Amino acid sequence: MTEKITVALTGNPNVGKTSIFNAITGSKQHVGNWPGVTVERKIGKRVHNDIEMEIVDLPGTYSLTAYSLDEIIARDFIIEEKPDIVVQVIDATNLERNMYLTTQLMELGVKLIIALNMTDLALAKGDSIDSEKMQEFLEVPVISTIGSKGNGIEGLLDAVADELHKTRVTENIFTYESDIETRGEELENVLNNDPYFVHYPSRWFSMKLLEGDENILKKAKESESYPRIEKILNELDADSFEAKIADQRYKTIQTMLRQVCDINTEHLSGSDMVDRVVTNKLLGIPIFLSLMWAAFEITFTFATPFMNIIDIFFGWLAEAATNAITIPWLSSLVGEGMIAGVGSVLIFLPNILLLFFMLSLMEDSGYMARAAFIMDKIMSKIGLHGKSFIPLVMGFGCNVPAIMATRTIEDTRDRLITILITPFMSCGARLPVYVLLAGAFFGRDAGVVIFSLYALGILVAITSAKLMRSTILRGEDAPFIMELPSYKIPTLKGSFIHMWERGKIYLKKAGTIILIGVVGVWLLASIPAPGSGGTFASEEVYGTTDSVIGVIGQIIEPLVAPLGFDWRIAVALLFGVVAKEIVVGSMGVLYGAGDNEDTLSDILAAGAMSPLAGLGLMVFTLLYAPCFACIGVIKRETGSWKWTLFQLAYGTTLAWTFAFAVYQIGSRIGVLA
Amino acid sequence: MNEKTLDLIEPELSVKVLKVTGQKSSRKRILDMGLTPGTRVDVIRRAPLGDPVEFKLKGYNLSLRKREAETVLVEVVE
Repeated sequence: MTEKITVALTGNPNVGKTSIFNAITGSKQHVGNWPGVTVERKIGKRVHNDIEMEIVDLPGTYSLTAYSLDEIIARDFIIEEKPDIVVQVIDATNLERNMYLTTQLMELGVKLIIALNMTDLALAKGDSIDSEKMQEFLEVPVISTIGSKGNGIEGLLDAVADELHKTRVTENIFTYESDIETRGEELENVLNNDPYFVHYPSRWFSMKLLEGDENILKKAKESESYPRIEKILNELDADSFEAKIADQRYKTIQTMLRQVCDINTEHLSGSDMVDRVVTNKLLGIPIFLSLMWAAFEITFTFATPFMNIIDIFFGWLAEAATNAITIPWLSSLVGEGMIAGVGSVLIFLPNILLLFFMLSLMEDSGYMARAAFIMDKIMSKIGLHGKSFIPLVMGFGCNVPAIMATRTIEDTRDRLITILITPFMSCGARLPVYVLLAGAFFGRDAGVVIFSLYALGILVAITSAKLMRSTILRGEDAPFIMELPSYKIPTLKGSFIHMWERGKIYLKKAGTIILIGVVGVWLLASIPAPGSGGTFASEEVYGTTDSVIGVIGQIIEPLVAPLGFDWRIAVALLFGVVAKEIVVGSMGVLYGAGDNEDTLSDILAAGAMSPLAGLGLMVFTLLYAPCFACIGVIKRETGSWKWTLFQLAYGTTLAWTFAFAVYQIGSRIGVLA
Repeated sequence: MNEKTLDLIEPELSVKVLKVTGQKSSRKRILDMGLTPGTRVDVIRRAPLGDPVEFKLKGYNLSLRKREAETVLVEVVE
């Protein structure tokens, strides 16, 4: 009979946990969300020695004192869900700090196995580590691994199977100074006598109380014995206890390291040499800007030929379908609705894949942390953290994952502001709107216009952040305490996996929400308005004021008339909330581009819209309510409808105001009229 | 005495941590990251715009804003 067990994979950030996870689970893994939050939850399965292991990849954490959402999830899983085995992945080149977490996991009394990862890099650096001695000292299995090459994985799984049935003799090697121990025992006595604490290892809990861990203190406050706990805690100097406990954990680690390894401290690592250039006072910023420019350029220029192929293919497919289907309304639905709609979404797949590939290379190589380091001063000027920079840049690809990426920001206020301003970063889906309109109206200057729109988005984001910081989200700047991990050569496989995961998420969105949206537009454009007397999907009704969509558009028209928009634009913008790409798709339908030989661009350029209104429309598209998927993510990441609605109202008001200004000022002074 | 706060130390100098002051949550984080009393810290460099600052301790690189470094009391070692 096979046994089913849960194995938690934990460790500091940047220790190669993901490569170990990939090596163990191969293709049998799936990504979901942790219950209640949208932090990614990676789970994989592996059968080894007749044991069915469910491997849970926990978010990276430095300590069991949790600060960020990631860390709270990691800690709660280990403490509350009680996995059968905890595997801590340790970066062999960075033992001292990595083992701080080990001391806490051991204190917790979990069944622990250590995967000593990146041993090849440690060796190359000139360190020698005696893993057997380490195992003796810690009394937990220590397995050497090289995750990127899959080395040591079988041994690791054997160790998990072995450890499972061993009864653990908890010999706690971490004995603190006598006054800490005395206080700890006093607390333990209280905890052991209160059934409320039966869920927690009492020694670990009492040490956390002595350390002044705020989450733990909150839990203790809900118990009946809190007055007694409080009395003990009040008698001691909490600040010095906190420092002493951290200090003694590190001292124990140092004692062990002296016995089990020989660290080459003279070695000038490649990372240090790279950093001398990359974060150099003079070169740092130019290099950073060039890399950002290159990433952007590669993403958008390399994607163009692929986009053209996709475009041609769907054009051909739509035509073939229209010719093949003889029932007029069905041929219109398939050709003009579904194929054209899905095509307008798939066309961005090359963009999305390339962007995430580039971002993944920067992240895995360790450069993203340097980007945060270099940009922090600027970000702190607008009241944010250097780490906010990464999600904001990702926002250029797609706001949805960008907002998800904000979870690495520890401070809740920083995180909230970053979430609220990310939709102003012009995502890939808005690009077709710009390409169409700028192409139609601005000819050779189209590039400049599009660039200005990106710049406007950034400007609005910055100003908004600053405004929120000084009004509704006032507060002290969060501390900036960040590791600059060693540079590593990213593996192509890792970047491909990441790229494909993102691509899949995008395709799912394309396949569902957007297809429904496009068919919805087609339906509303085909159903005759009551009393118009037209027939369903007939040419006389389709997309005219005699259709339902025309009626809705005309109701909103007065609202957008001051921006120079007519009912058709109103309708297109309404459906653009489903997904921004649909703005172009529905304009095509509404302006009858599908029925004519002329392309939509020609129709617009021929005077269907003034260039000034076109410019306003681009600005409006940039700033107003983001797409459904994005709204959903804002709701989940902020956990609040209030903030979600705030973003929608704020963005839409800005959009209206800016488009109003463009149109009114522009027509008064007579430019682009 | 040669006591100073960490933000005032010039790059390429080494210091020994004496004490971490400051607010509860950031102090705890700083201690967890290994800036415990007695730890040797090398000041590596400042970011191109002058802040934050990069340090090396316990074999890894950490960056702190000057504001956080200010809460770490150190003495310069030779």
